[in-house]
Amino acid sequence: MARTAPVPAATDPAIIRNFCIIAHIDHGKSTLADRMLQLTGAVEQRNMKAQYLDRMDIERERGITIKSQAVRVPWEVDGTAYCLNMIDTPGHVDFTYEVSRSLAACEGAILLVDAAQGIEAQTLANLYLAMEHNLTIIPVLNKIDLPAAQPEKYAAELAGLIGGKAEDVLLVSGKTGVGVEALLDKIVSELPAPQGNPNAPARAMIFDSVYDTYRGVVTYVRVVDGHLSPRERIQMMSTRATHELLEIGVSSPEPTPSKGLGVGEVGYLITGVKDVRQSKVGDTVTTLSKPATESLGGYEDPKPMVFSGLYPLDGTDYPVLRDALDKFTLNDAALVYEPETSAALGFGFRVGFLGLLHLEITRERLEREYNLDLISTAPNVEYEVTLEDKKVVTVTNPSEYPSGKIAEVREPMVSATILAPSEFIGAIMELCQQRRGVLGGMDYLSEDRVEIRYRLPLAEIVFDFFDLLKSKTRGYGSLDWKADGGQVADLVKVDILLQGEQVDAFSAITHRDKAYAYGVMMTGKLRELIPRQQFEVPIQAAIGARIIARESIRAIRKDVLAKCYGGDITRKRKLLEKQKEGKKRMKMVGRVEVPQEAFIAALSSDESKDKSRK
Amino acid sequence: MPSALPVGGPAPADGVLPEQALTGAAARMFSLYAHIPFCAVRCGYCDFNTYTATELGGGASQDAYAATAASEVTFAARAMEESGLPARTLGTVFFGGGTPTLLPASDLTAVLAAAVAAWGVVDGAEITTEANPDSVSPDSLQELADGGFTRVSFGMQSAVPHVLRVLDRTHTPSRVPQAIEWARNAGLKVSVDLIYGTPGESEADWETSVRTALSYQPDHISAYALIVEDGTKLAAQIRRGQVPRIDDDDHAAKYALADGMFEAAGLSWYEVSNWARTPDDACRHNLAYWRGDDWWGIGPGAHSHIGGVRWWNVKHPTAYAGRLAAGLSPAAGRETLDAGTREMERIMLLTRLSGGIAVNTLSTGAKHEIARLIADELIDPRAAFAGHLVLTLRGRLLADAVVRRLLED
Repeated sequence: MARTAPVPAATDPAIIRNFCIIAHIDHGKSTLADRMLQLTGAVEQRNMKAQYLDRMDIERERGITIKSQAVRVPWEVDGTAYCLNMIDTPGHVDFTYEVSRSLAACEGAILLVDAAQGIEAQTLANLYLAMEHNLTIIPVLNKIDLPAAQPEKYAAELAGLIGGKAEDVLLVSGKTGVGVEALLDKIVSELPAPQGNPNAPARAMIFDSVYDTYRGVVTYVRVVDGHLSPRERIQMMSTRATHELLEIGVSSPEPTPSKGLGVGEVGYLITGVKDVRQSKVGDTVTTLSKPATESLGGYEDPKPMVFSGLYPLDGTDYPVLRDALDKFTLNDAALVYEPETSAALGFGFRVGFLGLLHLEITRERLEREYNLDLISTAPNVEYEVTLEDKKVVTVTNPSEYPSGKIAEVREPMVSATILAPSEFIGAIMELCQQRRGVLGGMDYLSEDRVEIRYRLPLAEIVFDFFDLLKSKTRGYGSLDWKADGGQVADLVKVDILLQGEQVDAFSAITHRDKAYAYGVMMTGKLRELIPRQQFEVPIQAAIGARIIARESIRAIRKDVLAKCYGGDITRKRKLLEKQKEGKKRMKMVGRVEVPQEAFIAALSSDESKDKSRK
Repeated sequence: MPSALPVGGPAPADGVLPEQALTGAAARMFSLYAHIPFCAVRCGYCDFNTYTATELGGGASQDAYAATAASEVTFAARAMEESGLPARTLGTVFFGGGTPTLLPASDLTAVLAAAVAAWGVVDGAEITTEANPDSVSPDSLQELADGGFTRVSFGMQSAVPHVLRVLDRTHTPSRVPQAIEWARNAGLKVSVDLIYGTPGESEADWETSVRTALSYQPDHISAYALIVEDGTKLAAQIRRGQVPRIDDDDHAAKYALADGMFEAAGLSWYEVSNWARTPDDACRHNLAYWRGDDWWGIGPGAHSHIGGVRWWNVKHPTAYAGRLAAGLSPAAGRETLDAGTREMERIMLLTRLSGGIAVNTLSTGAKHEIARLIADELIDPRAAFAGHLVLTLRGRLLADAVVRRLLED
């Protein structure tokens, strides 16, 4: 433990070490971080709670980090007090851009791998990003206390991946604390100190921004050049917007105001801004009095990849949902939404997400924090439809699919990396072929572990691909993907008709070869879910005017109570009142009464969703 | 376990009715229902308020029942008078159960005599008792006729032994024509009750039952679909898979089959579950329920209705007798219907009758629905053109759905 911690705003860059931890979900990153906070004395024993840095309930429950954090801790080596900035990174593939910005704020990264499981695809992806940023990598195997740990095997795997010797891989246990001190020492000795010009105009990179109900937007930055001071006017270089710096400080780990931040330092800024969109991850902060001319670069607008309609079950909740989405975007610059109307579901929103996990987490938070019951339509990707007159239409919702003559349809593609034990190669290849994948290559990471690379349509992996991969590999397979352009494909829109009326919520854009299967699946599902009506209800699946599948619900023949129970009219009336009440929960599609439960059941992917998502 | 009572407000101990009950009372027929809560055996499908001697444990004796029921007649007459209701003679009287004929005929005629003494009866009044074919004799039926009864309704249910067994009915089918013969000889009109859709009953079985019932040439037939009520033995047997479940499509087919056979034999429907040889043979007491007329129901668990006030008695015979002995109303609860609820009931009840509802009494919304009901073949177009909403055969089978459509906001 350090006796005298270096003071912010007056810390020599030579004693600063900025690092992040790259790890897969549940490989023990948060536990290791907890142990570091304790060992360095940053958090006193009595204030310690598990997963200290994961603040959202959902983060703790799912064991994942959605928003990153940065913590400044002191550590002494050979009589010198150093300042370590631990920058937490989101671990999930949906948040690749956020990860890349966090990495850009560091000089080094701890590659943390479960000694019982080996490296996973997403970790590998983040490791590549770290190497792209020229970070110094410290390979670490965690959970060596587990009986199932195989440190020799996985040390060799890590050494093979990043170069170096298996003996150099550190062995730690976040749980027991074994090896953590040695790791802290190694961070000091191995990682380079930050470089920068203290006299140049200030330049700081935003790697996270978080909305706080009491303080407004809290922006996390890494200073590259110059110096930022309280009460100075700062400028965002992408938008030229200026703000007064109301507070500046460091997290250690509780927010602690400081006299400023100098070269290489990591801390937070508060300007009173209320919307994270005004403080964009990746943007460069400079000062108005002495502005920098060139930004640090690397800024990108977040791009939603997956779209879904979100509708309140109870139409009167629409304003609540609107306000909730509004609040969410304060804290989530990647979330986009616009109002949408569905003939079947009423008023709702088309919401764009970074990926399926982002969708699920957002939906879960909306339901939990705003007490909403939501229906989400099947997730969709963004299609580019070119008409014969060369007009191009962007489609994020099947109902926007043009009905005119279509020249071609382009769909977004991804390159996917799958890691799994080699015994599952056949099953994985079969799954990817079914999903219209094209094999890009395959490498053995070790004797019995392979990395398989595929190029796949995004639409084929957004729904249940990951769950199927998990079940086909008995839980061992892991997946990472990144956007990889688009390609022309033979896509069609399949409509579902109830008694001749199209139900927009059930339309889907699919590959022509899969249209029939979708039609059969959906008509069959609906036949089970929709109660019998006074008339026969044909359920059809159609591509344009061509019917590709049909089912029908037989008409109900009897709906009458035989008698009145010896004058007990009250009983009969109560029954009628109950039936009338039940009818209010029905949505009308033409003349067909469809229970809301049928919509939810038909649209949900619940069969697969309940399974583990790790 | 007998069926549960509705939830309502408290009923006053003196039985006096609110002001509302008086409005238009003079123009409404007044009837009496007498509930006889005893059976020799409890049938597996029945959830009516009835008890076997063993269930009652000897506490409330059948012997004393006629006197207790007669004491409610006295109580009723006084309460109605104190309420300011005009004096009205009885248009119809109906003894139901349970099994009324489990009591000696003299008990039934004694209760009837008490009612006649209290209110009198109109000329040609319809006075019915339900009867089990097993619990009547030529003498007992003659005694009923002599005591003022005009009509007997036999619980035939089915002519097929294996169906009767599932229903727990103990009578032998051959007993029915005999009992009908005796009733006719005593000068009583005859109705038979049938039940269709019993688990295990084939369409051929049902056709046999209908044909057999028609061969007795009754004046009136009631045919009820079997309803499996929660808490009955039959419901438990179905839940355990010992007896096949009830199928609504089977019910619909059997209803249509019976309706066709009844019509061909000269009986016409006048209510969803009731057919009569001539309009005069229609059960007027039954019609009173559907038309919203006034009736007082005596006996445990019996329901009453006077001018939009509905109430119901305590269920257990012992509690019932105790209340009356103490000079208190045996009512367990009561509800006073507001105008909206009365209108809802009016549509719910009148829709079931062959006379239907006058279109000009319907709300604008309901009137708008008429064309669509015609299009869906649920109501008779010719009757609608003449200003009456009358169900078709298809409409009778979907009567509750028609009612819901008429009541849609």
